[in-house]
Amino acid sequence: MTLSDLRRDDWARFTPRQRMMRYAAFLATGLVIAWAITSIDVIWPWVWDAPQQMGDLFARMYPPDPENLPSILAVLWETVNIATIATFFAVFISLPVAWLAAQNTTPNRATLWLGRFILVSSRSINTIIWALLFVAIFGPGVVAGIVAIMFRSIGFIGKLLGEAIEEIDPRPVEALEATGASRFKVIAYAIVPQIMPTFWAVAILRWDINLRESTVLGLVGAGGIGIILQGAIDTFNWPEAATVLLAILALVVVGEIVSALLRRRLL
Amino acid sequence: MSRPDTWRRPPFIANPVLRWTVYLGLSAYIIWTVATLPINWERVTEGVVRAQRIFNGAFPPSFERSGLLIDGFLESLKIAILATFGGVLLSIPIAFMAARNIAPLPIYYFGRAIIIIARSFHPVIVAIIFVKAVGFGPLAGVLTLIVYSIGFVAKMLAERIEEIDFGQVEALRAAGAPFLSTLVYAIFPQILPRQVGLTIYQLDSNLRASAVVGIVGAGGIGSTLANAFGRYDYDFALAITMVIVGAILISEAVSGQIRKRI
Repeated sequence: MTLSDLRRDDWARFTPRQRMMRYAAFLATGLVIAWAITSIDVIWPWVWDAPQQMGDLFARMYPPDPENLPSILAVLWETVNIATIATFFAVFISLPVAWLAAQNTTPNRATLWLGRFILVSSRSINTIIWALLFVAIFGPGVVAGIVAIMFRSIGFIGKLLGEAIEEIDPRPVEALEATGASRFKVIAYAIVPQIMPTFWAVAILRWDINLRESTVLGLVGAGGIGIILQGAIDTFNWPEAATVLLAILALVVVGEIVSALLRRRLL
Repeated sequence: MSRPDTWRRPPFIANPVLRWTVYLGLSAYIIWTVATLPINWERVTEGVVRAQRIFNGAFPPSFERSGLLIDGFLESLKIAILATFGGVLLSIPIAFMAARNIAPLPIYYFGRAIIIIARSFHPVIVAIIFVKAVGFGPLAGVLTLIVYSIGFVAKMLAERIEEIDFGQVEALRAAGAPFLSTLVYAIFPQILPRQVGLTIYQLDSNLRASAVVGIVGAGGIGSTLANAFGRYDYDFALAITMVIVGAILISEAVSGQIRKRI
């Protein structure tokens, strides 16, 4: 855009071609939304009714019933343990997977694809589905929950760590290789220090996510606070359900504060 | 000055007393928690047999009832589209409320509170509550994912609004423009690119989440999956899972491409 363009009376922000493209995009979006609204299987009176129904539900929840607070807090602590232990082990398991899935460290093409396959299958299956499988294996309880969260976290941590390994500065690696350092020493002294900040950031982030994820494990019987929530909802004990929801809210907020503090101290 | 012969990496925490206290405390916590895990080995061996039976039942995956599969999938897509549309629309005013440089303090806290509450609850929990309130089906799914979208889009958008160049806002205010004109001419053009990127990301994210909220009865492919599991149709369940995974991979690739071009 030149100065004379700006002085023109009929200045326009977009060229006609750009304007056409924008209108086309708007039109396409509108059509897709219209298709979804008209063909979705919704009973419309229920939609108009929804605010009233929600209000009714919240009225039933108030005031929250603190009677079972001790047992709720005990299960809340169990939820924290599930998230923490699962994150701890997932971090260790994802280290070799990340090493396999990074193009510059993996030994050969077959191992690269093996690493990528582990990452993709771990990430694309949801925690709840992993939990269903492990409840079948370990029986209902905390163990199934920990393993489910672990299996889901490996893909996330491994992917981000793998990307961090691919972005490292190759010169320290070459320098160490030139001195005849062993493979293990190259990893320990040239790669690990470079990915340490990412490692901590990813571990803390995943712990924060896992706290939220472990609140729903109980719904399929894999331990944590979800069990109490499900019980309260099934028996229409809404005041207790409200207490559980407040406990989850507090847990997540505290988790966010803790992870923010850790992030500031470590990074 | 004498130099040591061997170099050591500087320790992670400089104070040795604090360092070892942290290490010991952490190890004690982990050992204690793992040691007290209630693992019933008899149940595990039993479970391995059961898992084997599930796997045997699941292979080969059955695409016989692909009509049901496609219907469930289209419903998930509709849920994701409507929830993204509604969620993004609602996110814009909430993001303005939660931006420190635009909103007065009480409104700012109110906006932040909405975002924190929307983000804190896992979509499955929100879905259970909506299913109880408005009944089974895609409506509960749409409402759930609207809440889920607000938690993410409003948060990111509020951060973007806090980063805008305030010069343009001041220029319009100096010219005596009313509040709404300031929004439309000074703020929207600055946040629009981020808004479009977030919307595409959220559509992708909602498509994934719509598969999970269906497990508790909120419509879409998740409901189809839960039904197949409940009826021990493991081969159909595996087929559904494979389609979900494939769809997620495709939508991830597509949204990545679109965001790269914007």
